[in-house]
Amino acid sequence: MKNFLRLNASLLYWVFVAPFKGEVFKISPIFRQMVFIGVRATPMVALTAFSIGVTLAMQAAHSLQELGAEIYVPDLVMVSLLREMGPVLIAVIVIGRSGSAVAAELGTMKVSEEIEALEVMAINPISYLIVPRFIAMLIMLPALTIFGNYIGVFGGWAVCHFALDVTTAGYILRAIESANTWDLYSGIIKSAVFAWIIITIACNAGLRVEGGAEGVGQATTAAVVQSLLAMLVSNAILTSLFFFK
Amino acid sequence: MNPTSEPVVEVSDLFRKFGDRTVIDNLSFTIHRGETLVIMGGSGCGKSTLLRHIIGVMKPTAGSVKIFGQEITAMDDREIAEVRRRFGMLFQSGALLASLSVGENVALPLLQHTDMSIDEIQETVTQKLQMVGLNGFNDLKPSEISGGMRKRVGLARALALDPELLFSDEPTSGLDPIMTAVVDKLTLELTKDEGMTAVVVTHDMTSAFRIATRMIMLGRGRILAQGTPDEIRTHPDPEVQQFINGEPDGPMPLNLSQDDHAHHPHVKARPLVSARRRFHHKMP
Repeated sequence: MKNFLRLNASLLYWVFVAPFKGEVFKISPIFRQMVFIGVRATPMVALTAFSIGVTLAMQAAHSLQELGAEIYVPDLVMVSLLREMGPVLIAVIVIGRSGSAVAAELGTMKVSEEIEALEVMAINPISYLIVPRFIAMLIMLPALTIFGNYIGVFGGWAVCHFALDVTTAGYILRAIESANTWDLYSGIIKSAVFAWIIITIACNAGLRVEGGAEGVGQATTAAVVQSLLAMLVSNAILTSLFFFK
Repeated sequence: MNPTSEPVVEVSDLFRKFGDRTVIDNLSFTIHRGETLVIMGGSGCGKSTLLRHIIGVMKPTAGSVKIFGQEITAMDDREIAEVRRRFGMLFQSGALLASLSVGENVALPLLQHTDMSIDEIQETVTQKLQMVGLNGFNDLKPSEISGGMRKRVGLARALALDPELLFSDEPTSGLDPIMTAVVDKLTLELTKDEGMTAVVVTHDMTSAFRIATRMIMLGRGRILAQGTPDEIRTHPDPEVQQFINGEPDGPMPLNLSQDDHAHHPHVKARPLVSARRRFHHKMP
């Protein structure tokens, strides 16, 4: 925990303070990480979000059809997708894909003395390795969430269009009417918080690896499990802050 | 070469304990500009640990280490980084960044610490790689070249910024005899012509006697013998003679107990699991 807080402190220093002291971080590694963390995850995110959209619509239809209120399917899809399902499930995908990869990569660098070599070359490992991943994650997870929201809404539409008596125009109208911008913003805020949690836990686990391949494996598992738990707990806290008053 | 000139590295009364075990026991020595100091000793005698203390990766229990006249044990990370820009370090494994190509690895210190243009950097990288006998490998990844080549790339990287001081941890292990000679010749040229100072940890006695201007032999964390190569060659201590002649029988212990290895940062001693945390290097 002490190490985790120290990592957070030095991250904040290298992102927000050091650039004003003339030690600006390089931009190109950030884009490289954005491709790894964000761009390459789009197919998985799209498939996940589409499945969620379809599932939500089917479940909503099942209950609402009995009441003859099929027209409210888009409402349910929109609200649950934007507020909860989108941010949480896309964060799960990113934890599995990038959180584990970052922990394993940094852990391998630690055991093969690469991080020590960086330090001895007077290159700060936090600024050189962690900052690009941190910034890339902070940008790409919310971006993926917005992208996933679109695909999820499309999934809901697919169910309404092909299986239910809801027209496309009706779906769009209900969707726009039911969801307000705060639903979207709350989801984006959540995903930004998740991004912070995921990347700092993964980096911390990677940097603390000891003892070869076994240690790398343990760190990767720890990164995934800890960030999943931390993400779900913080989601509950954020929901209670945003919507449960 | 002028051994009476200013001291580059001064180690005085250095102690390091891991738990109850003293790994470095009251070491003092000075390295002057232009010298090549060879540190020898059996496996696990504290050579690498000593090197780690000199470059400021580990902090001693007591004592002082001065590089270029500045006390490194009392410095914060930023000050240490300033000093580190002036020396190069070759790691035992090469410690190249696996995600970068050979050329990018050598270019890394130049990109980070100089304002050179891309063309100048490319030229320097090619020149440094030629110095260690590697041509046309710039675009390969470290995983695609042999261990000996990785080590030479590591040397090229250590020399990228034309350091005043070079630390080498086993620079010639894993190299064939010809490449060993090339690397030794390079070290000699740099120390004699450019006035570079070299600190070399090695097991390779041929190489050691070829490059050393002074030698230190460590054993059980202490200096067993020190002096010029000739003095070491004729040293009366039987342990020293056993080591430099590579004889299986003699006063040196054949088997090290697990405790003797416990201080090594990459070897985890089972009975001392709780001691693991002490090996954790502090991240800045």
